[in-house]
Amino acid sequence: MGKKLESNFMNMVIVLFAVTLIASAAVGYVYTLTAGPIEAAKQAKQTNAIRQVIPGEFDNDPGADIWKMKTPDGGELEFYPAKKNGEAVGTAVKTYTNNGFGGTVWLMVGFNPDGTISNYSVLEHKETPGLGSKMDFWFTRNGKGNVIGKKPGTHGLKVTKDGGDVDAITAATISSRAFLDAVNRAAAGLAGTADATSGATHQNQ
Amino acid sequence: MNNFKVLTNGIFRENPTFALLLGMCPTLGVTTSAINGMGMGLATAFVLIMSNLVISLVANIIPDKIRIPSFIVIIAAFVTVVDMCMAAYLPSLHESLGLFIPLIVVNCIVLGRAEAFASKNKALPSMLDGLGMGLGFTLSLTLLGTIRELLGSGKAFNFPVFNENWGMLIFVLAPGAFIALGYLIAIVNRIRK
Repeated sequence: MGKKLESNFMNMVIVLFAVTLIASAAVGYVYTLTAGPIEAAKQAKQTNAIRQVIPGEFDNDPGADIWKMKTPDGGELEFYPAKKNGEAVGTAVKTYTNNGFGGTVWLMVGFNPDGTISNYSVLEHKETPGLGSKMDFWFTRNGKGNVIGKKPGTHGLKVTKDGGDVDAITAATISSRAFLDAVNRAAAGLAGTADATSGATHQNQ
Repeated sequence: MNNFKVLTNGIFRENPTFALLLGMCPTLGVTTSAINGMGMGLATAFVLIMSNLVISLVANIIPDKIRIPSFIVIIAAFVTVVDMCMAAYLPSLHESLGLFIPLIVVNCIVLGRAEAFASKNKALPSMLDGLGMGLGFTLSLTLLGTIRELLGSGKAFNFPVFNENWGMLIFVLAPGAFIALGYLIAIVNRIRK
């Protein structure tokens, strides 16, 4: 190999500047290429989650009709109304809980117009793999702690240990409580805004 | 050392995980499943090949005193590229690897090979060294991931092998990573002797 460039001040400044300039230009170029697909992937995930939790078909874009609600503890719920021919067929609610075993858990919960749960999808969680992570399917119709078809109502769903009628995930009661907390939060939010915003939506129409 | 030896060097004789014991943080952190281990290994392999190539080409015009910052900038650029491409085209893998992808920047294998090999060799052997080391890393992570997934949840590459309830949860959690890695290193050491 040839002789190395001498380590004097000018050489170092110029070379380091050139290296960082070229590197940032390359990163910037790739960013412009991937920004679109990254956004699309996020959107697709959101749309898939909505599609999964809403029963039957809808013909509007729930993402465009979104409304949001602040919760008392500083978080935010997102509501995606699904309509067919202008009739409400259900609402997907992006909800969360901070009581998870490993921090915040994000869910997308679908509600029928009568307030019963139509389906749910776990968007993000850091629960223990093999225990709390079973919430993916535990609370579905074929799981052991089915919540689908249940109506959280005003008192909310609870695990059997707390006097409710939902079987908690074996050895993961904290994760199960957190899951139901998120579901109840969504239901309470939906019940609250349905009353509060019905006037506003009528004015819009 | 001829080119073939350079290539196989990283896969077995100087395998980064089992022989050099470098990059233990991603090794223990992401190998909860075979797919995760493989994804992490391939991402690191790409970064290794590209950074080795570029560093071997520019090594002569980089003054000695600033070679480490320059190498790190080059490596960081490739890692960021991998991170963005993965987020765009493999979103689910990107999600499960999470923070470990940006952390490839500080993976000692990458800087180690840049310093020990690429900066002293020509472009082709440097690329082969990156490929060999990358494949070695991928193989060991996939192996470790498969073992942990199988013992922990009864699956291999997401295909159920036996009943999940027979799995030993400890292998999915952190202690299982240490136990499995320890046994693997012992076995590999035995074979290498």
